[in-house]
Amino acid sequence: MIVAFAVALGVTLGLVLQPTVPLDLQPYLPIAVVAALDALFGGIRAWLDRIFDDKVFVVSFVGNVLVAGLIVFVGDKLGVGGELSTAIVVVLGIRIFANAAAIRRHFFRA
Amino acid sequence: MSRPDDHESVWPRLRAAATARPGRGQVAVAVLCGLLGFGLVTQVHATSSTGGLAAARPADLLGILSDLQNRADRLRADIADLQGSEQRLNAGSGQDAAALREARARARTLGILTGTLAARGPGIVLTITDPRSRVGADVLVDAIEELRDAGAEAIQLSGVRVVASTSVLDRPGGGVAVDGTAVSSPYRLAVIGDARTLTGALGIPGGVLDTIERRPGATPSVVSSPRVTVTALRPLRTPRYAHPAHG
Repeated sequence: MIVAFAVALGVTLGLVLQPTVPLDLQPYLPIAVVAALDALFGGIRAWLDRIFDDKVFVVSFVGNVLVAGLIVFVGDKLGVGGELSTAIVVVLGIRIFANAAAIRRHFFRA
Repeated sequence: MSRPDDHESVWPRLRAAATARPGRGQVAVAVLCGLLGFGLVTQVHATSSTGGLAAARPADLLGILSDLQNRADRLRADIADLQGSEQRLNAGSGQDAAALREARARARTLGILTGTLAARGPGIVLTITDPRSRVGADVLVDAIEELRDAGAEAIQLSGVRVVASTSVLDRPGGGVAVDGTAVSSPYRLAVIGDARTLTGALGIPGGVLDTIERRPGATPSVVSSPRVTVTALRPLRTPRYAHPAHG
């Protein structure tokens, strides 16, 4: 309940404030969002598997975001930022799909 | 991960979780999820408001810029091409109009010469009365030849246009056939040309008028007029065998 409320609050804040992303953060925000989505889907799946743990979720969430940002940062320094961003999106996308499939099996048994 | 005994309990668990009192750990989870929603909306907004350019990398921007420049160059080249075509077409239409005027003038000239157009202008009218049928085709052909030599531009003999291929034949019962059309006295020759030259050519001693006057009963009369009209037409025949030879 509180989670859904928090999500709604975050979305509303984003819509109301319409913040401009700082230039330094611009390459990282989309990757961070994708990484967080991956953590979220992983968390939902873990909860359905009855192995959900708050601490694990927080750590994986923050860790995912930090690692993704770090990879993009290193990639930018090496001059392959665009390619690494793509790679991260692909890997995280595959994981999100796998988690979504597991969640779907829980809900619809198919 | 898909233990069958779990499946039955998913929806009740969801309901229970939705109504449960949140613990400390759930608050942290909620904060993170709120952050996720916030970041998601911010990113969507940033992407849609700038068309994605603000989030693009310098390398991508360079690529996009170079693409746009290439496209602009191509479009500029297209503009130059089309302007060139426009100028060519404009010049061409001017030439075409001049050629058309030329061709029309030529067609008028040829129409008068070949007898497909009516003509009007200064000239003479030669009337030959010949009650005894003593004036034949020979005299008329002589008269036509003489008038042509004197610069006659359009000739009409009693309602029949006289052109290069015109024939004049004696008819058995008197009178003549001009291009197959029976014509009898009085013969009326309407001629467009310089009236004085034409009159002079007819009147030379031993010429056309003398010849006619020597025929018994025949009387010629020549009238100069500033407005002689030649209205008889003849159809245009397209040559079957002769074609224009170029060069």
